[in-house]
Amino acid sequence: MTRITVKVDGVSYTDDVEPRLLLVHYLRDVVGKTGTPIGCDTTNCGACTVHMDGMSVKSCSVLAVQADGSEITTIEGIGNGEWHPLQSAFREEHALQCGYCTPGMIMAAADLLRENPDPSEEEIREGIDGNLCRCTGYQNIVRAVQRAAQGASS
Amino acid sequence: MTTDTQDVAAQAEVGRARVRKEDARLVTGQTNWTDNMVLPGMLYMAFARSPHAHARIVKIDTSKAAALPGVRAIVTAADFPDIANEEAFVGEGPMNFRDLSRNCMARDKVLYDGHAVAAVAANSPSIAEEAIELIEVQYEVLPHVIDVEEAMANGAPLLHDDMFTQGVEPKPTKPSNVAKKITFTKGDIAKGFAEAEVVIERKYTTKPVHQAYIEPHACVVAVGADDQTTIWSSSQGQFMVRAYCAKLLGVDIANIRAMPAEIGGGFGGKTLWSHHVLGAAASKLAGRPVRVTLSREGVYRLVGGRTNTEQRVAIGADDDGRFTALIHTGISAMTPYNALAEQFTFPARHMYATETLKTDQQVVDLDMLANSFMRAPGESVGTFALESAIDELAIELDLDPIELRIRNEPEKDPSSGLPFSARHLIDAWRAGAERFGWEQRAAPGTRREGEWLIGMGCATATYPYHRFPGGAARIRLDKTGHATVEVPANDMGMGTSTTQTIVTAERLGLPLERVTVAYGDSSFPGSLLAGGSGQTASIIGAVIAAQRSLVEQLLALAGDESPLAGLTADEVGGRDEGLCELADPSRWESYAAILRRAGRDELAVVASAADPEETETWSMHSTGAVFCEVRVNTVTGETRVDRVLGSYDCGRIINPKTADSQFRGGIIMGIGLALMEETEFDERTARIMNPSLAEYHVPVHMDVPRIEVMWTDIPDPYAPAGARGIGEIGITGVAAAVANAIYNATGRRVRDLPITLDKVL
Repeated sequence: MTRITVKVDGVSYTDDVEPRLLLVHYLRDVVGKTGTPIGCDTTNCGACTVHMDGMSVKSCSVLAVQADGSEITTIEGIGNGEWHPLQSAFREEHALQCGYCTPGMIMAAADLLRENPDPSEEEIREGIDGNLCRCTGYQNIVRAVQRAAQGASS
Repeated sequence: MTTDTQDVAAQAEVGRARVRKEDARLVTGQTNWTDNMVLPGMLYMAFARSPHAHARIVKIDTSKAAALPGVRAIVTAADFPDIANEEAFVGEGPMNFRDLSRNCMARDKVLYDGHAVAAVAANSPSIAEEAIELIEVQYEVLPHVIDVEEAMANGAPLLHDDMFTQGVEPKPTKPSNVAKKITFTKGDIAKGFAEAEVVIERKYTTKPVHQAYIEPHACVVAVGADDQTTIWSSSQGQFMVRAYCAKLLGVDIANIRAMPAEIGGGFGGKTLWSHHVLGAAASKLAGRPVRVTLSREGVYRLVGGRTNTEQRVAIGADDDGRFTALIHTGISAMTPYNALAEQFTFPARHMYATETLKTDQQVVDLDMLANSFMRAPGESVGTFALESAIDELAIELDLDPIELRIRNEPEKDPSSGLPFSARHLIDAWRAGAERFGWEQRAAPGTRREGEWLIGMGCATATYPYHRFPGGAARIRLDKTGHATVEVPANDMGMGTSTTQTIVTAERLGLPLERVTVAYGDSSFPGSLLAGGSGQTASIIGAVIAAQRSLVEQLLALAGDESPLAGLTADEVGGRDEGLCELADPSRWESYAAILRRAGRDELAVVASAADPEETETWSMHSTGAVFCEVRVNTVTGETRVDRVLGSYDCGRIINPKTADSQFRGGIIMGIGLALMEETEFDERTARIMNPSLAEYHVPVHMDVPRIEVMWTDIPDPYAPAGARGIGEIGITGVAAAVANAIYNATGRRVRDLPITLDKVL
């Protein structure tokens, strides 16, 4: 067991974890942040995307011990108690059906907007290409990211 | 169960685009996915799977696994009733429960690679996985068949000694791998071809594909000491889960309660699978709740998708392009452990006017994972063959393919002879062609931009209307004038509760925020499965019946003092939070006033939907016109879809916002079917080679073209609320439109899906 201290959505947690424990399992099973789901086991779908020190990571491809000393933000904390503009935009643009990919899609898009506050349609598609959606056909997701970007810049 | 009503637009009016009320929990990470559930003392399950496609189980030794600390239960076939070989009618249709039971867990023989032979429930997922490694199974390997031609050949190894081809007269006396034949003929087909001026005959093939929803299957099962069983699961059919588990476990159905959890995508794949049954068996053995969450590999190994098909289409036409004969035949692969033949010949029965028509589909059993429902089973791949063939005929005739289709538009259903309830396909073609700019289509191989060739294609989309028996609804109207509607529905992302809120509010004359729709567990009235694009119509049918009953009871309660005194249920309708006379809306009284005067806090009614008899009188189908523009790289053979337009005739559209997304989602899945998706089997071992999203490729952001969607929005007079259902039609026709566009771009015809670059070069 290895002792780690991780700040998750603003709250600090100290836990003894097995070195093999994945960050996503730490978040879900130890911290109880089940807003971050697991979709594929092979880092392809992006449903488990969270922010680690402000950068998006697929939490199934990070070990919990690698997150020691880090700040993690999940879909449950991205709005700081309010709705993040992306959360509102996903709803307004109907950028989700089943919603299973949505937490990861929003977290990946938030990181994209941090790097590029006014992305073109092409840049959005490329920027969040590592997040799969099987329901919507993606177009409303792109619109939602554009809407959030415009809302933030206006 | 979902009962939230907040944040819905105020005015009730079917046809207005509305944001979903379901979204609040989904975008904030507050969704109760099954895999989030934790119960006290809960165990976790893992499966031991066969590495052989066909083998006799000589011995299973679970002693080492059982000795591992933390292992609480080990399930083998010995823990289930050995069910007799007979078809039983449970829930949706006939099913042989012996076969289904043997699919859940191998008994004596394993029947496909990956077939579960044992399952372990343990204190943690890792202990369960470790225990699986300690289970020793001795197999006597038997020859297997994974190819339809081989399975049908003389002397092929028989999968089942006791299977005889169904649908053949006289009844065969020799067992066969051909499970059944599905045939239809009309007129003298030989004469039809003899009269034709032009005849084409082509063969098309499609590969197995998977639903590939992003949420892996999960369930939590708790069996109490008194056998009271609760099953929470991510399933499209909680009533099917309850009925089938009762049969397979030998438990009284009254002892089982099936609770629908959130569904992270289904597309037909999330019905009943072995994890429900094995979880229940383990929970009973261990005396603790068990959670079964499939890994992504587990999803591919345990849950079959769409099966492969080999299809042949022959069309005879006169000089003007009018069909004299149409044949659609072929073979689909199946297993005895499921009931889905992937009936690709259905569209040919309903789409084109022809005096002679023949469809003939053989279903061959293979040593593979049971295939299952996937969005538009049959129509999705059937339209690929039929609509490719029509494009090929148009080229032979030197006719525009849209004109060819319009010339063969039938006046009544070509197979049943029934009139269409509503069919505005020609309108959809004309409107779509104008918006897409179809007139700009050039001759094959003539549009070039650098190393890219560009082309346009089109195809017809079609899916039947279904309204299923078992629809029922309970409406509870309280003295404040708030209605709660309980329906046997489900939601895997379609927006069921928003859609039904809109419809119910309109019927009752209530604002949306005064209606709560609860879709729920198997104790709710009725019994339905979210499938067949039929949920909207099935539930609306039930709500209509319940509303009628509610109105009758309200009129009885209203009494002589009411402005409504003396009126019958036929004469009144819901308006402004009350009832009014249809002929004279000034005769009105609020629901609250009626209940208050009668001294009632609440009025509750339950009613079942009328039997779905409309399809006995009318041929009811949704149709559409799909247009597509592609570019094909002359160096690499890569195909990129640049834009798609779907122009649909599906009756009335209840919520344009959610409907639009259903169509787009179907279209993008159609592009996956056309260009990239394939569950690959190793022909030597019959093992699935790409059981992951790393190697099973679904369309990603960068694959998505500009998609436009439009619809006629003409209500179907014989469907509840005029709506025929839209969940599946979007995927149909797309693969053919893509293939036809690739031909127009390159002059190269590809008749085998998926159209990967090696087939184009």
